[in-house]
Amino acid sequence: MLRFAVAVLVAVLSVAALADGQKTRADRVALPTIKIEQGDACVAPTSEMRRDHMKFLLHQRDRTVHQGLREPRHSLKNCVDCHASRESGSVLGKDGFCASCHAYASVSIDCFECHTPLRQRAATKAPK
Amino acid sequence: MSVDRRQFLAWGTVAAGAALAPGLRLIELAQARSPQEAASVLQRWGLLIDITKCTDCDRCVSACHEENGVSGHERPATDAQWIRTVGLRDTRTGHAQTLPLMCQHCEHPPCVDVCPTGASFKRDDGIVLVDKHICIGCRYCVMACPYGARSFVHEAVSGQKADVPRGKGTVEACTLCVHRVDRGEAPACVQTCNRDGGKAMAFGDLNDASTEIHRRLRSEPSRQLRADLALNTGVRYQGL
Repeated sequence: MLRFAVAVLVAVLSVAALADGQKTRADRVALPTIKIEQGDACVAPTSEMRRDHMKFLLHQRDRTVHQGLREPRHSLKNCVDCHASRESGSVLGKDGFCASCHAYASVSIDCFECHTPLRQRAATKAPK
Repeated sequence: MSVDRRQFLAWGTVAAGAALAPGLRLIELAQARSPQEAASVLQRWGLLIDITKCTDCDRCVSACHEENGVSGHERPATDAQWIRTVGLRDTRTGHAQTLPLMCQHCEHPPCVDVCPTGASFKRDDGIVLVDKHICIGCRYCVMACPYGARSFVHEAVSGQKADVPRGKGTVEACTLCVHRVDRGEAPACVQTCNRDGGKAMAFGDLNDASTEIHRRLRSEPSRQLRADLALNTGVRYQGL
């Protein structure tokens, strides 16, 4: 009986410690800023965009460069136009839509070594 | 009422005439592809440059570099150059000429032959480009080009134009303003030369018999630079 009580106590304490540890870790890691400034809906559902946006961009880039197809649907220029921050006009920077999430996921992207991260279209009013 | 064949054909002719009445638009519409339509082998874009009208200005150079966001670091030896003016002087007579020189958009481009990754390529409509996504910056193409038309980007770039991505470690050259051509417009150098310069440059589809460039190439003498290399360049010169 005593042995069982000790086992339960140890289990409860370790679960509490684990939860506490997770909480501190969550506080330490800066969560990505997902602030969408323009437009009501993206070109695909959010879950699909989160998982596959890089595939869309890769596919589109080859179509554009090699075949001259400039479809707006998956063009990087249009991504930036919707997702650039209202203040800086950019998708990079600490709270930038692209930069903050990729920093969180520890993924280094090369897109903006060559492509401009700045919005080209004038920002419309914030959706209320 | 019965319609005989002759009458039917007559109506058809009238209808076709009515549809074609604003015929001036036809060429313009044919040039602007829809974004869903790929570049076609039926077209071949080219330039015709009349050196006799080429004055000593460098408006084509500045227009090109403005349009494509090509900015340097005040280091002429290494700064990128998409188009430049070349001075020619006959040593015996002293006769001097200036001509703009850029990628000649060859039918058989040596830069494409030597590229180890396939980054240098010729688009179906004859425009020779670098796919910077797969360019490794080896610069074989820079050495292979007989016109010295290609540049290597040595330093980090900022402030690029949205339609013209540029980055360190890749090779670049005149794209014939491919982003403008896809919109149905002429390259920036041609537009500026015809507006502010000597009206020396013409742009068009070398395969389309209805274009001015095709008509002039057919009826007037013109030259390719280094024609001995048999590259069949898309850029032709007159008065050289």
